Amino acid sequence: MNAMSSQLQPEMHAAVQPKTNKSLNRMKRSDWFWAYLMIAPTLIGLGVFYLWPIVQTIYLSFTKWGGFGKYKWAGLHNYELLLKDPNLWIALKNTLIYTVIAVPVGIAISIFIAVLLNQKIKGISIYRTLYFLPVVTMAAAVAMVWRWLYNADYGLINYLLGSIGIEGPRWISDPAIALYAVIIVAVWSSIGYNMVIFLAGLQGIPRSYYEAAEIDGAGPVRMFFKITLPLLTPSIFFVSITSLIGAFQVFDLIYLMLGSKMGNPATEQTQTMAYLFFTNGFESGNGGYAAAVAVVLLVMILIVTAIQMKLQKKWVHYD
Amino acid sequence: MKKLVSIAMAALLVAVAGCSGGGQSSAPAGTTDSAASGEKVTLTYALWDKNQMPAMEEMAKKFNEKNPNVDIKIELTPNKQYWTKMEAAATGGTLPDIFWINGPRIIKYADNDMLLPITDQIKADGIDLNNYPKALVDLYTYDGQNYALPKDFDTIGLWYNKKLFDDAKVPYPDETWDWNKLKEVAKQLTDEKKGVWGIAAPPYGQDGFYNTILQNGGYIISEDKKTSGYDKPETIEGLKFWTDLINEKASPTAAQLSETEATQLFESGKIAMMYNGSWMASAFHKNEYTKDKVDVTYLPKGKENTSVIHGLGNVISANTKHPKEAWEFVKFLGSKEGAEILAKSGAAIPAFNGTQDTWMQSMPNFHLKIFIDQAAVAKPYPISKDTAKWAKLETELMTKAWAGQMSVEDASKELAQKMNEMLSQE
Repeated sequence: MNAMSSQLQPEMHAAVQPKTNKSLNRMKRSDWFWAYLMIAPTLIGLGVFYLWPIVQTIYLSFTKWGGFGKYKWAGLHNYELLLKDPNLWIALKNTLIYTVIAVPVGIAISIFIAVLLNQKIKGISIYRTLYFLPVVTMAAAVAMVWRWLYNADYGLINYLLGSIGIEGPRWISDPAIALYAVIIVAVWSSIGYNMVIFLAGLQGIPRSYYEAAEIDGAGPVRMFFKITLPLLTPSIFFVSITSLIGAFQVFDLIYLMLGSKMGNPATEQTQTMAYLFFTNGFESGNGGYAAAVAVVLLVMILIVTAIQMKLQKKWVHYD
Repeated sequence: MKKLVSIAMAALLVAVAGCSGGGQSSAPAGTTDSAASGEKVTLTYALWDKNQMPAMEEMAKKFNEKNPNVDIKIELTPNKQYWTKMEAAATGGTLPDIFWINGPRIIKYADNDMLLPITDQIKADGIDLNNYPKALVDLYTYDGQNYALPKDFDTIGLWYNKKLFDDAKVPYPDETWDWNKLKEVAKQLTDEKKGVWGIAAPPYGQDGFYNTILQNGGYIISEDKKTSGYDKPETIEGLKFWTDLINEKASPTAAQLSETEATQLFESGKIAMMYNGSWMASAFHKNEYTKDKVDVTYLPKGKENTSVIHGLGNVISANTKHPKEAWEFVKFLGSKEGAEILAKSGAAIPAFNGTQDTWMQSMPNFHLKIFIDQAAVAKPYPISKDTAKWAKLETELMTKAWAGQMSVEDASKELAQKMNEMLSQE
């Protein structure tokens, strides 16, 4: 979004400048009109599909659900129930574990791969495509393939482990391990998307910095930490905010890999906030309660994003 | 150039806006149109089983031949999204004219006035409800009103792999078997080295513990739907039937069965026996491996000779614009002629008594008669007004009991207590 507007601005000014003062004002007004017209679809969409549902959700979290859209005011009842629900604490804990592991590990690996793929090596576009593939693959397909890989009795991973004498764990049905098994898949499937953003960031760093550093006798490691990393911080900031929000909302992989009706002993111990929302809202038809879960999640995301925004001054360098 | 681009963009916007507006208005226009003309009527019919699509299309065609003024539009929604979609449609007042319903949903929909009661129509047209299994007619009767004509039914049998029995030189299961015999043979057939188990004991209700609970004199929900039967010792014993099989290593563990489904193991010859429904017949019939290696027989006897029966019904939406035509179609779907079409396809057991022979003959290599016999002694699938609420809890707690995270008694009693709480609020 930002990149777009900064590209457009110089052009618009160029169009405006030759005019006289009076027509400039008129021109400006018509510019405003077109500008708003252009962003209108997004703005309307944002209002209708994001802002209004948020208001609705907050309202519904104070109601009791009776099916088929019938509800009645229940005050703080849902929140009282929520605080007493052991599943909430399991879901909170899992969401935090998931986020704290998946986000930094995902970013570190993506930067590493982006730096590698920023070199001039043969067949570079093939590598880039390969790393990007998981991003364009449907979560359902990813989950199905990994379900098979993880299968403790007939899966490939445990077969390979077995061939070197290690007895593999029950990846997706052992409550102590299942969450980490999902995190591995989440990191794997997030690399491609992050990598593309980091690649773009890397290519924005002027070559002359590296040439200067080379003359001063800096090695590649030093160059990475003194030039690449600091100049990549805007990209890292963007990726960390988006992946943090994504991590807080993790649902599809867990739902698809662990299954909800398969009688999996690990499901309950691996549920996250979004999972709790889904099972209450869509499986037990408990809309008001699910809305309360969504509101708690919204508040969590708001707080963490606000903290990140505040902290960015300390470590993000815009050149 | 820039001006051109902006004009193009604006035009695109208008076009997009026009499209979406047109899309929204066209749907209601279609329905009012037919109502106004009074001659040509289009009814929508929603269902979820792809396997039954051909049979349903043929029924719609046959019906159209007799009623040329009524067109039937069939809408197929995959099972997983079906009820989410119906719930949204019901909320928005756009339910299809006619649709499939199942036991767990009937009271919720009937009680919220989403369905058209058809008792008067049944009486006026002299339809004999004795043509259907009584358990099914009762399933779709609420507050003294009939809401659906039964479409099909399913009962549970003991499927077994003949090859594994032959290899172990054990005689096939038959109607003389009881629980102990099953346990004994299941242990005998288990061969850990080969990765073969005597039986699969997943924590499933309809094709699992519901049957053993009922056979043991226990119950899931009381007849007045006010109390749970999960705190009864008979019920708990019916549950232990399954966990014992796992504990004695005659079945894969709950964890194993959650990673590889029991039917998958059965279809690859890793499991000698499994409780499963009549709905598996056509799948086993088409599968290369199971086609001539498996068969089915009666469930082993408990204290009572019974099992669980469930079936679907065709219902009419309460706000259909053409209640008369919709009833005519439902009547046809529930008629002997309609049932014969379904029977020939083999996809489900038609509910109309006497047409089941046709279904049995469609797959002669299985002893399918046991499913029909079973219907006579079966008990209805347990439901209440809001079945989904406690059914989810049931799955959660039984999974814990199966996995050994909780004792069967504790899980069952906790379920009873919470279920009673939920039932009292219905």
